[in-house]
Amino acid sequence: MKTVGIIFSNIHDKEIKELTSHRTLASVPYACRYRLVDFALSNMTNSDITKVGIITKSNYQSLMDHVGSGKSWDLSRKNGGVMILPPFGNRESKVYNSRFEALSNAIGFLKTCTEDYVVMTDCDNVCNIDYQKVVEYHVEKHADITVVYRKKYLPNDDDKVRTQFILDDDGRVIKTVISKKHDVEVNKFSNIFVINRQFLLNILENAEDLEYTSFSRDVMIKGVEMYRIYGYEFNGYYASIDSLANYYKHNMELLVKENRDALFREGGSIFTNVRDSAPCRFEDGGSAKNSLIADGCIIEGEVINSVLFRGVHVSKGAVVKDSILMQNVEVGEGTQLNCVIADKQVQVLKGRLLSGHSTHPYFITKDSIV
Amino acid sequence: MKKKKCIAMLLAGGQGTRLYALTSKIAKPAVSFGAKYRIIDFPLSNCTNSGIDTVGVLTQYEPLVLNEYIGSGKPWDLDRSNGGVYTLAPYQAKSGAQWYSGTANAIYQNLHFIEKYDCENVIILSGDHIYKMDYSLMLDEHIHNNADCTIAVIDVTMEEATRFGIMSFDETKRITDFEEKPKKPKSNHASMGVYIFKKDELVAQLKRDEADPNSSNDFGKNIIPYMLENGKRMFAYSFSGYWKDVGTVTSLWEANMDLLGNDPAISLNAPEMKIYSRNEPLPPAYVGESAYINNSIYTAGCEIYGEVTNSVISEDVYIGKNSIVNNSVIMRGTKIGDNVVINYGMIDENVKIEDGAVIGDENSDKYNIALVGRNQTITKNSKIKSGEVIESL
Repeated sequence: MKTVGIIFSNIHDKEIKELTSHRTLASVPYACRYRLVDFALSNMTNSDITKVGIITKSNYQSLMDHVGSGKSWDLSRKNGGVMILPPFGNRESKVYNSRFEALSNAIGFLKTCTEDYVVMTDCDNVCNIDYQKVVEYHVEKHADITVVYRKKYLPNDDDKVRTQFILDDDGRVIKTVISKKHDVEVNKFSNIFVINRQFLLNILENAEDLEYTSFSRDVMIKGVEMYRIYGYEFNGYYASIDSLANYYKHNMELLVKENRDALFREGGSIFTNVRDSAPCRFEDGGSAKNSLIADGCIIEGEVINSVLFRGVHVSKGAVVKDSILMQNVEVGEGTQLNCVIADKQVQVLKGRLLSGHSTHPYFITKDSIV
Repeated sequence: MKKKKCIAMLLAGGQGTRLYALTSKIAKPAVSFGAKYRIIDFPLSNCTNSGIDTVGVLTQYEPLVLNEYIGSGKPWDLDRSNGGVYTLAPYQAKSGAQWYSGTANAIYQNLHFIEKYDCENVIILSGDHIYKMDYSLMLDEHIHNNADCTIAVIDVTMEEATRFGIMSFDETKRITDFEEKPKKPKSNHASMGVYIFKKDELVAQLKRDEADPNSSNDFGKNIIPYMLENGKRMFAYSFSGYWKDVGTVTSLWEANMDLLGNDPAISLNAPEMKIYSRNEPLPPAYVGESAYINNSIYTAGCEIYGEVTNSVISEDVYIGKNSIVNNSVIMRGTKIGDNVVINYGMIDENVKIEDGAVIGDENSDKYNIALVGRNQTITKNSKIKSGEVIESL
């Protein structure tokens, strides 16, 4: 099935302010050697989608640097490949604020495509999914839109507003609700959907006549009777990165072999931009337990239950526990870190003692020296 | 097209018989090294880091893995529109088909490649050394000396000198004497197997040598001695960094071990002169609750639950619980079960070692390394003695 992909890189930036102050959510480092956009891009490649637009809004320099020509994902193509779609502005237009406005920016891109279907995904989800299966389901149901959902129990302490669907026996969405409902199992929207390209263009181009301003309110909620919206259940490994606490939780979840295998080994491969670091080196006195440690790291101290990105240096006598240390973090001699998230190039000098809690990890911003 | 200052010809056709099982199915330059590399990554990365963007790789023996690995040259930034990396295998021509009979003959058979790029100089490299070198500095000296040929030399010990081509030179670095593997070496300046020739001189010499029926068509044995005798301008270029010939099991093991330690003999961590390689899309490496790792390196895709000391662990290797790996090199994709003991072992790619197997014994040391060839299975509780070689026939 001829399909084109659209990735929204910024749409949930607000939810993790700490990590997105100088980058898009798409370029947030994740799981030792990846950035969040790698999962969406690799899923595209593994689903034989070879034309992908990435809609950006602001702070997208790190994303452009990471994506480059797209060759790491095999998306440097003569026909298609990956394209960054920066905000399209003229004198009157403002930078977009909603998914609807963001898509309006991509009308030009969508018009040049000839594919029948569009797969759209946000960058707040980490999963290994075959989009082609969703498209096949979409075609089989003659749907206008097919939304990917997960059955998910929402605990009591969850205070986020979620998009949920109520489906009939055929799988058609009969009601879309955006609510804070707790303590129930719901069909939660996973921010991945398939839509007919012509249908999407019609909505976007006639938005004024139709008086549409919001994709979720006007199309997904009000449109359930008028449009054929179907739900596709995804029950594989899925991590929703919608807060710093969840970012921490889901990184740590990968210390469990089943989760790691489900995300990296059971579906297609997850590709990333390779920086040719040397292998990770353990020196005398270095040790690690239950940890993921990337290439380029030098370990002289102790690492426990942690996730270390490329080029981290743990000096002698240092103890890193339950922490996430991003690229090139330096941990000084004798320093102890507990439940810390250190952004790129952070230096923690010797003898420091820093601690957070798993629900409130202690965050150190990029380039700072502690 | 713009004239190139220098192109490289990389000799990668050797069989590498002294690596036994490691080269029974693949060419020596394709042998795994240092957890995430293959030997050929070093000369190829050196070319890229020295601004040489055109490399002909001469293959002959078991070229499949090597050809596939080099591919378009993308990992080394050698997928170029004017130049890039090419594998050059022997081929059939109107005058007949001929295998490469020697190092010089291999280049001779590919003279059209050299002519095509219309370069001023040609650097000849070999695919069996581990070193990081900026060839552009050597090229500068070569041009400055107006040399016909410049040979890179490194000082070795007098005992080692008997294994190399040994040179003597005067204070201007002009070579006065060259002997291939001398019994009584006159100096300890060993040839690194890295030569830069003026292109026209190289072409002339190769044509002359090819016409000589008594020649064995080898650079060290024929071309270099002839040029010296005939008064050509031959200069030495002294190199003082890390350089190691990895032609034997022991030397390959030693080179792997040189990557370990708090101050490794050859460091790959420096941001300048990086060594590039083809990276498989593998998940991050995991160190388990029960694992113990000391003085070792490992890379992406590894899952380690056992005890690893003084070892090099390559991509996608699994080491089960209570297994002990000491002083060993484990190559990519190998799966090691539980309660396995390996001491002084070199385990090639995609080997399966079942629970309780013991590789190596009390006689194991770096001269008595147990070697397990690719795709082998070592069955449960079996014992492999030191120095033993396991491979399929």
